[in-house]
Amino acid sequence: MTTTASAPGRPAPVKPGRPLRIRRRMTPRRAGSIALKTLVIGFLLAITVLPLIWLLLGSLKTQTEWLNSPSWALPENFLNFENYQVAWVDGDIGRYILNSALATFPSLALIVVLGVAAGFALEVLVWKGRGGVLLLFLAGIMVPGQMILLPLFSAYFQTHLTGTIWPLILTYTATGLPLTVFMMATYFRAVPREIFEAAAIDGASIYRSFLSIAFPMVRNAVFTVALVQFFFIWNDLLIALTFTSVGDFQTIQVGLLNFTGQFGQVQYGPTFAAICINVVGILVLYLFLNQRVMRGLTAGSVKG
Amino acid sequence: MNNVFGNKRAVLVFVGPALLIYTVIMLVPVLWSLGYTLFTGSVITGFEFSGFDNFAKLFSDPKVGEALLFTLKYAVILTVGQVLVGYALSLLYVFWLRKASSLVRTLVFFPIVLPTVAVSLLFQKMFEVAPQNGIVNEFINFFGLPSVDWFGSPDTAFLVLVIMDIWRSMGFYAVLLYAGLLDIPEEVMESARLDGAGGWTLIRRIVIPMSLPVLLSSIIFSINGTLKVFDSVLALTNGGPGSSTTPLTLLMFRTAFSYGDYGYGSTIALLLTVICLLVTVFIFRSSRRDLTKG
Repeated sequence: MTTTASAPGRPAPVKPGRPLRIRRRMTPRRAGSIALKTLVIGFLLAITVLPLIWLLLGSLKTQTEWLNSPSWALPENFLNFENYQVAWVDGDIGRYILNSALATFPSLALIVVLGVAAGFALEVLVWKGRGGVLLLFLAGIMVPGQMILLPLFSAYFQTHLTGTIWPLILTYTATGLPLTVFMMATYFRAVPREIFEAAAIDGASIYRSFLSIAFPMVRNAVFTVALVQFFFIWNDLLIALTFTSVGDFQTIQVGLLNFTGQFGQVQYGPTFAAICINVVGILVLYLFLNQRVMRGLTAGSVKG
Repeated sequence: MNNVFGNKRAVLVFVGPALLIYTVIMLVPVLWSLGYTLFTGSVITGFEFSGFDNFAKLFSDPKVGEALLFTLKYAVILTVGQVLVGYALSLLYVFWLRKASSLVRTLVFFPIVLPTVAVSLLFQKMFEVAPQNGIVNEFINFFGLPSVDWFGSPDTAFLVLVIMDIWRSMGFYAVLLYAGLLDIPEEVMESARLDGAGGWTLIRRIVIPMSLPVLLSSIIFSINGTLKVFDSVLALTNGGPGSSTTPLTLLMFRTAFSYGDYGYGSTIALLLTVICLLVTVFIFRSSRRDLTKG
């Protein structure tokens, strides 16, 4: 009675670990759900992308087009790059970008070298007071930039560094270190100690361990940290504005801020082109490295 | 082994340079800035000892009151806005779009990496009214409504600022919270579903309580960032109209560099730092109390 009447009435066996899924027919409700989903995705993409497309189109329009047709109108000539030429040559955007690069990359190099070494010392080496030093670095994440601006301005002024690129490099390096040291210490914590112990037994000095083992092992993390710092420094306004008010080292952000004022009345095309140049550079970087950027920036924030 | 890992000279070589730069450029200036609060003047005009005058002035200055109020209003509204919109997006990613969310996630995240100055100038043009209507006013006109002078009144200027900053940061907070939601063990969700919890109940009883830690760190991060708002205000409204959208950071900057009073500027900076500290400590403690209660 029980053992033989098995096959027809029994439900099909369910594969373990997988929820039972019944193929649903296309009911109106399901079709509605798909439509709603498409609508929401479309809306999210539109509010993110449309302003940027408007920016790009605006940079291709002439001043006459700007003043005589509504601002949503498409450019008459999609290959009109004259505004870019004006922004680059007359607006000095090229020089501002060069200045930004001159300030950003040396700072980045310093932050990475000093930060990775400090993270290594704080996590792998054993010494008294390392907890205190780590806390000291951590405190720096909290301090608002405004708190150190004025003394630094005085100090740079008195040491005649004002007007050179050095105030930017030094300040960016110092403000970038706390987060970098902290993140690197976290990464080194994940590396098994046994690896360094084995290296020591094999006769490697601590410097050798650092250069041949530790650094290569966290190379990926170093790149991520550098990327995060790059965005912080490249996009910074406060420090750049304070230390480049005198001299020829205004960064792209400061230059862009002064851009409209420089031209007197509003020159729409060149202004849009200048903003666009600033945006496109970051966009290209983001196109290639988006997953890493997302991971890095979110890691940097939770810890901070 | 201890000789290798406890090598004092190696410690100095590795941590020394970083500590030196950090101390000279950050720690010393913080103390130095504390010293400035007792003086008046600037590095160009020279300093004059003024005792606690700056603090007396700080508590009676209507400009500081206004800036403080604006800073707090901005920080509270933006923190709530950023975290709520971000959380809503992250729930959307995890429970509704699922696998399809990768592209949306990446795209909506993008504005946070853009330079604030560029975004501010773009929004300025989008909300412009004269000499040429921006795209937002064109849109409003399309529905037959008159153009709005967005930067002409404090309230609308504030609204544009909030819209812009939420636009910039919602994707970032969405990804931050998304990572937190993914950490909720699948078994917990599954057993809740088996117990009959679905949709709203599931979110309220399981998802929200289990993502509290990451929500909390988002709130702390957000409030710390928004209290220090500078770039977006300076580039979007320049503190105007009048001084209605001037936060403490901008007031400090103006006091120090336009009026040349480093002492008073440092006092305002100190006020800002103290507020940041207090708020963080307060959130931490109140959250701890809640956790023990639950």
